[in-house]
Amino acid sequence: MSLLTINNINKAFGGVKAINNVSFELPRGQLLALLGPNGAGKSTCFNMLNGQLKPDSGSIKLEGVELVGRHPRQIWNEGVGRTFQISATFGSLTVLENLQMVLLSRDKKLFRLWTPAASYYKEEALVLLDQVGMADQADRACSVLAYGDVKRVELAMALAHDPKLLLMDEPTAGMAPKERNQLVMLVKKMVIDRNLSVLFTEHSMDVVFEHADRMIVFARGELIADGGAEDIRNDPKVREVYFGSGKSFEAA
Amino acid sequence: MTLSGLLVQLLNGLVDASSLFLVASGLSLIFGVTRIMNFAHGSFYMLGVYVAYTFVSHMGESVGGFWVAIILSSLMVALLGALIEIVILRRVYRAPELFQLLATFSLVLILQDLALFIWGPEDLFGPRAPGLTGSIEILGRNFPQYNLVMIVIGPAVLGILWLLLNKTRWGVLIRAATQDREMVSTLGVNQAWLFTSVFALGCFLAGLGGALQEPRIPANLALDLESIGTAFVVVVVGGMGSIPGAFLAALLIAEVKALCIALGTIHIFGIDFPMSKMTLVAEFLIMAIILVIRPWGLLGKPQATARNDHSAEPPLRPSLPIFKWCTAALVLALVLVPVFEETFPYAQIILVEIFIAVLFAASLHFVMGPGGMHSFGHAAYFGLGAYGAAILVVTWKLPMELALIAGPLLAVLGALVFGWFSVRLSGVYLAMLTFAFAQIVWSIVYQWDDVTGGSNGIFGVWPSDWLSSTTALYYLTLSIMLAGILILRRILFAPFGLAIRAARDSSLRADAIGVDVKRVQWVAFVVAGLFGGIAGAVYVFSKGGISPEAIGVGRSIDGLVMVLLGGVQTLFGPIVGASIFTWLHDSVARETDYWKAVLGMIILLIVLIFPAGIVGTLSHLWQWIKHHRPLQTKKVEASK
Repeated sequence: MSLLTINNINKAFGGVKAINNVSFELPRGQLLALLGPNGAGKSTCFNMLNGQLKPDSGSIKLEGVELVGRHPRQIWNEGVGRTFQISATFGSLTVLENLQMVLLSRDKKLFRLWTPAASYYKEEALVLLDQVGMADQADRACSVLAYGDVKRVELAMALAHDPKLLLMDEPTAGMAPKERNQLVMLVKKMVIDRNLSVLFTEHSMDVVFEHADRMIVFARGELIADGGAEDIRNDPKVREVYFGSGKSFEAA
Repeated sequence: MTLSGLLVQLLNGLVDASSLFLVASGLSLIFGVTRIMNFAHGSFYMLGVYVAYTFVSHMGESVGGFWVAIILSSLMVALLGALIEIVILRRVYRAPELFQLLATFSLVLILQDLALFIWGPEDLFGPRAPGLTGSIEILGRNFPQYNLVMIVIGPAVLGILWLLLNKTRWGVLIRAATQDREMVSTLGVNQAWLFTSVFALGCFLAGLGGALQEPRIPANLALDLESIGTAFVVVVVGGMGSIPGAFLAALLIAEVKALCIALGTIHIFGIDFPMSKMTLVAEFLIMAIILVIRPWGLLGKPQATARNDHSAEPPLRPSLPIFKWCTAALVLALVLVPVFEETFPYAQIILVEIFIAVLFAASLHFVMGPGGMHSFGHAAYFGLGAYGAAILVVTWKLPMELALIAGPLLAVLGALVFGWFSVRLSGVYLAMLTFAFAQIVWSIVYQWDDVTGGSNGIFGVWPSDWLSSTTALYYLTLSIMLAGILILRRILFAPFGLAIRAARDSSLRADAIGVDVKRVQWVAFVVAGLFGGIAGAVYVFSKGGISPEAIGVGRSIDGLVMVLLGGVQTLFGPIVGASIFTWLHDSVARETDYWKAVLGMIILLIVLIFPAGIVGTLSHLWQWIKHHRPLQTKKVEASK
């Protein structure tokens, strides 16, 4: 059985059909890229998966559990981690505290009022930070980090509760090319080591074609292609969406 | 209730609606463009009444003279507004929201003392409007002619404002700036003058609203805070920045109040409900209901997410040993104070006051700084704790020790209810809702004579015998304050403290890691309410009683000023802020009749010169010194 099963989801904003009857599946241990030009519906699809938006109809199931209508918080509880297009971390906490927050939340210890937080999960948090190469900056505030580093902290946070599914909205936006590859290689390693499933959107085609196991392409709210790198590269519909059919020039 | 009585009350409602609208529309306009919640707006209204009193007394004998005097007064107020905008407010547009509020609040203090200086403390009854002194008969009841004019003026001003905003270039710029002021300035519009003109227009409307009241009400010094509360409510109910919304809200609130008066006392299930006493609570109840159903007001739009002023805050670190030693020394010094009773006889009394203020400010800081929720009604919890304790001792005859513990539980109960509603909102709306709840508490206390003693309050609440000496009370207050501060501090370093700071920094991220943001904030509210309530309970025993004045708007504002004065970003800030504020309040008030103005000037100076508060600025300075010294030595070494 697939980890994630999306069945006929729809979402309209006023008269605009942002997502039109989209269905796809994501098996365990796969790095799936979600592609498409601006306005194709990638972010809308993402926000429905993590519960920030509710689809007008259709179903989203994680190992048979219906996610539609649930709060982001509950979806996280089901084992879905996520990173944001514009990284969201807790700026006034240290890098270490950011990780400790996730671990405290995982074990439902957020309402403890007495023992200092510093004494909780320090080792575990450092191990997680070490995976993304941020252990040496553990004591710095997140608000003073370089953007690439913030993205790495965010990734560590998203992975801290050992999710089954990781959603990443443009994980490498704003990063230097070298950093990009490192980050995606790291994610790829998790996919292999932990049998993690990842769904990510990405504008850098280098990153996508280098690392993704499979790709799906959106255009105007519809899913137009699904397959491996070679299939997508040669798909006429994908070419049309990205490069146009050339007819606009013929007419003139 | 007769039909004619109802009709006259409804007409009175229309009169009030007009005058409410004039003040609120200016406030809404200013907020829409400059994003400043102008606390001083009520002061401009008050000045409108005073200036009109002077002008009408001198030149208002003829019909023409009267109306010229009204317009002239409004223009004077507008001019003053423009001046203040240029000299002061221009410097705070980039400051965090709270500092802008503090700056405008300092204006309230200064303008109030200005009015006291010019016109004196007595209520001034102005002459009536010539040609409109009579009344007409409506269904056998007399209705003043002047009130008919008032009814017309509200919609007329709405019409003129609509034309101004929709049919002139200036109006287009205003509407554009309301939506996106960065874009407007990118298009080459001189923002500075746009802001000044809007501020002046807003002040003109407030001044006009005041001037038109001149024949109806006596000019007095309480008008500013009285009107600003209601004006805020109207703006929030109507939707911030929406002029038609303000009109609708003014109409709704004024008519509901009129209905309450018309209904008088009604009997339901054998219980008397004095509806006419509901008028004080009515507007705040309406606001609370509207905000819960439509969080952006009747005709408002969701606010763009407020700039998050906290995310750049440094992380909380355990204190350095030197700081711990200094604190220990300070505590030791405080313990020794009663030994020197003969040299400083007054010290213990003022210190008890300071300790209570410190605990109050620290509890407010908890919800405001780390919690990121700007509570404008923290006096509610202080008041509930104080009245809880006082009622237990006086009515229920419980011993003081028990009341000191049980009293604050009433504050916890209040915080549970108010917090549940408040955490559903954010930013200015949250601030206004907390303000509304505090007003509701105040109104209930003020009017429920049987239980709270009404306007007289409850007196004769003295401590148990073993605590009745000044020194015993001193040590009790000191230990409660110290325990409170240490517990609040402990909580901030605990997982829950981490959680509230995290929820403040990014609710998006908090949601995405399974944090129940609303519940975390709710608990933060309750913790703050508990300690605010303890401060109130201790206050009752230190003063021997409590009255409504001690738990009014002023108390909430004092708390805000203390926290901001010390600096909201540090834990030590509110302690320093509360101490300095209380000490200043005490010493300045003894030296001059104009202590409010002095206080206002000091606040203004702090906002303009130390925008991070006293402790915040000192710690920035310390950081700067720490980072620059090694750099200089390195340079020296390099040059060698």
